[in-house]
Amino acid sequence: MRRGAFVRELLRRPQGAFGVGWLTLIVLSALISRFWTPLDPFDTDPYSAWLTPSFGHPFGTDSVGRDIFSYVFAATGTTVVVAVASGVVATVVGVGLAALGSLTARWVRESVAVLIDVLVAFPTLLIAMALAAAFGGSLTVVVVAVGVGYGVTIARVSRSEIRQVARTDYVLAARANGLGTGAVLRRHVLPNIAPVVVVQLSLSMATSVLAEAGLSFLGYGAPADTASWGRLLSDLQKFIGVHPGSVVWPGLAITLTVLALNLLGDAVRDASDPRLRSRLRSRRTGRDTPGSPSTSGPSTAPPRATAPGAAGTPTTPGVVS
Amino acid sequence: MTRFVVGRLLLFVGGLAVASVLIFATLRLLPGDVAQAIAGTTGSPEQVAALRQQLGLDRPVVVQYLDWAGGLVRLDLGESLVTGTPVIDEVLDKLAVTLPLAALSLVFGLLIGIPLGVTSALRRGRASGVVLGTGAQLLAAVPVVWAGMLLIGVFAVTLRLLPTQGFPADGWSEPGRALRSLVLPALTIGIVEGAVLLRFTRSAALGALDQDYVRTAAANGMTRSRALVKHGLPNVMLSVVSILGLQVAGLIVSAVVIEQLFTLPGLGRMLVTDVGRRDLTKVQGELMTLTTLVLFIGLVIDLVHRRLDPRLREGDR
Repeated sequence: MRRGAFVRELLRRPQGAFGVGWLTLIVLSALISRFWTPLDPFDTDPYSAWLTPSFGHPFGTDSVGRDIFSYVFAATGTTVVVAVASGVVATVVGVGLAALGSLTARWVRESVAVLIDVLVAFPTLLIAMALAAAFGGSLTVVVVAVGVGYGVTIARVSRSEIRQVARTDYVLAARANGLGTGAVLRRHVLPNIAPVVVVQLSLSMATSVLAEAGLSFLGYGAPADTASWGRLLSDLQKFIGVHPGSVVWPGLAITLTVLALNLLGDAVRDASDPRLRSRLRSRRTGRDTPGSPSTSGPSTAPPRATAPGAAGTPTTPGVVS
Repeated sequence: MTRFVVGRLLLFVGGLAVASVLIFATLRLLPGDVAQAIAGTTGSPEQVAALRQQLGLDRPVVVQYLDWAGGLVRLDLGESLVTGTPVIDEVLDKLAVTLPLAALSLVFGLLIGIPLGVTSALRRGRASGVVLGTGAQLLAAVPVVWAGMLLIGVFAVTLRLLPTQGFPADGWSEPGRALRSLVLPALTIGIVEGAVLLRFTRSAALGALDQDYVRTAAANGMTRSRALVKHGLPNVMLSVVSILGLQVAGLIVSAVVIEQLFTLPGLGRMLVTDVGRRDLTKVQGELMTLTTLVLFIGLVIDLVHRRLDPRLREGDR
C-alpha cells in the first residue's frame, strides 16, 4: 500500500485520529517544554501552596507551590524520551530474537523459540526491580526493562509472521538466486512484517509509559530533578486525604497517552488489513473498491489471511503502574 | 494428556531455572560488589575484604550460584544482609497479605469483567454496548496507582466507608478487619484488570454470537441472550481461562505497586523497601518467590484449560 493511502486509512478511523492527534500534542509539548514552560516547574513558593485552579495556575499548585500545569507540561519530555527509547529497544530486541528464532539453523531456531516461551512469562516490572536493585533506579532501567520485557513479546508475535513469510515462493526464489539471510531479512521479511511490528511498537510504548509511571511512583524511575507524571503522582499522593483533586491531572495525562497508543495500535492493525479496509469502505460508500496497485515490487505481501495480533488480545501484559 | 503435562512441567522447571540464573546474574552485575555496597563508602579495604569472606563472595560466581540455587530447592532463601534473619520466614509472613489480596482482586476482576463483557457483546451497536466498550478501553489504560488514588478519594475521603491505609498489626486474628483493609486495594486492581477481562470476554462472546449453534437456537425460538448463555458461554469461558494466566501475572505485579499505595505489609512492599536498602539476598528471594508464583499460576491455568477443553482432550486419546 502506498504511504499516503495508509495514512488516510489510519486517520479515517476515530481511534487512529484520536491516537495521532493526542500523540502529536504530546510530542509538540515535549519539544516546546525544552525551551519554554508557562512557569518554572521546579520553582517552589510556600506562600502559593495548594492554590485552586485559576487562570494563572490552570491545574492549581502542589504542597510546595509548584505550578502543576507547568510540571505536567514539562514531564511530556520525559514520557516521549522513555517511550521512544523503550519502543526502539523492544523492537530491535524483538525482531532480532524473532529472526534468530526463525531464519537460522534448526537447533538455534528451536532453542531460541523455547527461550522466548520461557522469557515471555517474566513481568516487566520485576525485571525493572531487579535492575533497580543492582544499579539504582533510573529512566535507563525503565527503558532496558521494557525493552527486554516487551521485546520478548514482540519476538513471539513476529516470529510466526516471519516464518510465514519465509515459507513463501518469492523468498524461496530469492534464496535460489543466491540471496543471503541478511538480504532476505532486509528486502523481503522486514517490509512484510512491518505492520505487525508497528502495532507492537505502539503497544510497547504504552507499556513503557505505564512502567515509567509505576517505577517513578515507587521511587525507582525518574530522578528528583526530572519532571515525571509518576513522580508527581507519588508527591501528591502524600496529601491525598486533604487534596484529592490534585492527582487528577498527572493521572489523566498518563491515561490519555496510554489510551492514544493503544488505539493507534488498533487503528494501524485495522488500516493495514486489506480485508477490514475494504469492508469499512464498502460500508461507508456502499461499494467495494479495487485494491490499490502495488509499487514495491516482488516483496509485496499476499493479502494476509488473518489480522495480525487478533482483536481483543489483552494489551500490556504484566506491566503496571 | 500425559505428554502435554510432562512437557508443560518441563517448561515450568526450565522457566524456574532460567529465572534463577537471570535474577542471580542481574544482581551480581552490581557495579563494585555486594560487600562494598554493604560497607558503604566509609568501609576500609580490610573491612570489605573480611565482609566478602564472611558472605562467601570470594568464591567463584558459579559456586555462589549453585549454593543459592541449592538452597532454593530446600526452600532456603538465605539470610538478610541487613538484619541477618532468614528470608523465607519473612516471605511467608508477607504472602499472608499478598496472596489474599491477589485472590480477592481476581474475584473482583472476574465479577466485573465477565458479566459486563457478555452484556456489552449482546448490546453491540446499542448505546449501552458502546458505553461499556469505550469505558473498558479507557479503564484498561488507567495506571493502577491512579485508580487507587481516585478510589481512596471517593470511598475513604469523601464517603468515609473503608480504611485507606495499613493492615491490622495482628494479621488475620480478626479476619473481618483484615478483610476490610484489603477491599479497597483489591477493588482497585480488580477494576483495572476487570476492564481488560471485559474487553476480552466481549470479543470472545461476539465470536460465539456469530456461531451456527447460537443462530440455530435463536431460530428455534430462544432469545439471543439465552442462546448465548446456554450454548455460547462454555466457549467464552474457555477463552477467558486461556488468558487468565497473563491476567494473574498482571495482578501480582499490580499488587507490588498497590501495596505501596495502601501501605499493606505484603511481599511487594517488602521488595520495594529491600531494593532501596540494597539487601540483595532478600531481593533475590523476593523476586524468585514472585516469579515462581507467576510461573506456577501459568502452569496451573494451562493444565486446567487443557482439562476443560473437550477438543484438546479428544486429541489426547
